[in-house]
Amino acid sequence: MKYNQSHTEYNKYVEIVTPKHSTFKNCLNAFWVGGLICVLGQLIHNVSMEYFDLNKDDAGSVTSIFLILISVLLTGFNLYKKIAKVGGAGALVPITGFANSVASPTIEYQKEGEVFGKGVKIFTIAGPVILFGIFTSWVAGLIYWILLSIGLL
Amino acid sequence: MNSEAIGKQTIKFNCPPAIISSASIVGEMEGQGPLAPYFDQIETDPTFAKESWELGESEMQRRAVQTAISKAGIPKEDIRYLFGGDLLGQLMSSTFGIKDFEFPFFGLYGACSTCGEALSLAAMTVAAGYAKNVVATTSSHYASAEKQFRYPLEYGNQRPLCSTWTVTGSGAFIVSSTSSEQPLSNYPHIVAITTGKIVDYGVRDNMNMGACMAPAAADVIYQCLDDLDLKPSAFDKIITGDLGKIGSEILIKILLDNGYDISKQHMDCGVEIYDDEKQDTHSGGSGCGCCAVTLAGYILHNMANHTWKRILFVPTGALLSTVSYNEGQTIPGIAHGIIIEQN
Amino acid sequence: MDYIKAFIIGGIICVFAQILMDNTKLMPGRIMVLLVCAGVILGAIGVYEPFANFAKAGATVPLTGFGYNLWVGIKESVNQDGLLGLFRGGFKMAAVGTSAALIFSYLASLIFKPKITKN
Repeated sequence: MKYNQSHTEYNKYVEIVTPKHSTFKNCLNAFWVGGLICVLGQLIHNVSMEYFDLNKDDAGSVTSIFLILISVLLTGFNLYKKIAKVGGAGALVPITGFANSVASPTIEYQKEGEVFGKGVKIFTIAGPVILFGIFTSWVAGLIYWILLSIGLL
Repeated sequence: MNSEAIGKQTIKFNCPPAIISSASIVGEMEGQGPLAPYFDQIETDPTFAKESWELGESEMQRRAVQTAISKAGIPKEDIRYLFGGDLLGQLMSSTFGIKDFEFPFFGLYGACSTCGEALSLAAMTVAAGYAKNVVATTSSHYASAEKQFRYPLEYGNQRPLCSTWTVTGSGAFIVSSTSSEQPLSNYPHIVAITTGKIVDYGVRDNMNMGACMAPAAADVIYQCLDDLDLKPSAFDKIITGDLGKIGSEILIKILLDNGYDISKQHMDCGVEIYDDEKQDTHSGGSGCGCCAVTLAGYILHNMANHTWKRILFVPTGALLSTVSYNEGQTIPGIAHGIIIEQN
Repeated sequence: MDYIKAFIIGGIICVFAQILMDNTKLMPGRIMVLLVCAGVILGAIGVYEPFANFAKAGATVPLTGFGYNLWVGIKESVNQDGLLGLFRGGFKMAAVGTSAALIFSYLASLIFKPKITKN
């Protein structure tokens, strides 16, 4: 068979024939799903400050803990996936998406054992977030320290 | 001479091997699709009463082979070889699925084209006189494939519209030798095979498998028609494995550019096996099981009742590994052509 | 008012990520990494703090907020301990989120079995 297309041409042609999700609809869904999750976070935050007299930092921690707990439960009942199917990035971006990415491999890989299944696979998806989060903050901190030391800050 | 090599990649069998029996075992989702009436068994338990997805897939493959042997009505001892494979690492499902049969075993990997590879080798083996009866089998399982190639099942992500849904299913076939004394003329016969090359058009999107495989399918169909000097109209159907809607469109276009119009004959197992509108499977079904159960169920049924007399069956595979993908490699495709005739 | 701000700002960050996802074929894992790193950097250049004070949960619930927290932790511990603080601060502020995710996920794996969701 003769190849009358270069790889680049073929890939361009594939782009054209491949249907895409409507970006507008996706964005709209991401907006309200992500927005609602943040509203839920705000609710937990406000309740813990007003009714339980927590300071701002503690309320922030309580908010994270509850959002993560809710997300892990929804993951266990296989409902987070349904939210993500509609919400897309709206379910991925909040801390609940991070929790889902930790809980899902832990549940999925349980058949492969406590250590090599759950233990090794728990950070399959979320590991990079921790690594690069910590590393970036280390680099930023280093620059901050240098600037402090030479008296620029 | 029992068979002859024709053209560049084709073998024509002078005593075409017969497919004396076939079996298809599928999961619940396939059992709700349009091809449901043609399957031998629809299992609603996704683990097939085993502990894990992988062992469930093994059990499904075991049942497919067992059912095919029972339907053939021949003793197990008459089977000389088994050619089989699946999608998982080191052919895990096949190994544990068929070990208890104690057949001499050739494990094959051709991604979703494995069904074509197994049938080709089975046909060559019996046509050459090395065996009388040989089993060819493949399987795939939605959950075990997602786990290995994509994400954990509970992970929330949006599947792009070009993505396919891995079929939970296993097909098994008994391929038997024929001779002028024993022509087995009531059965469908594998009259020729065209073995495909690895074809790489530089696609890197692992969610768009149809686009990775369509050039390979086009290449093997072109070669088959060229080697045998046939026109697409010589076939009642040209049936690809799991190109899906997008891949099918691309295949027809590439062949048209090369002077063959197969739009009238073409059908794709991945498109047929699910009802996208009701089942929301996007581009279609995929996996080794997809074309295997469609052949074992729907296609051979239509050949048995003489709706189709001669077909070109083209299982397609995307040679993707999670390692090569992470290392930035392209996703090459492969496809094998098998001409099946019913007298 | 808190709620409206959280809804709109949180929503906008998600829309931004959705646009990235739809147009660049970036996998979800990379998007998460990008968001966290962006949070650290925006924190470091002093943009995120006023933004978080304004948007409340709309800025702290998305992963950019997690990144911002990492920066806050590092900054405080560098102020306190100097160079050694570089190795203390990051996990201090990430501790709650990471621990909660690990602990609840492990507990969940004892209760829940993997399942196929139907479409």
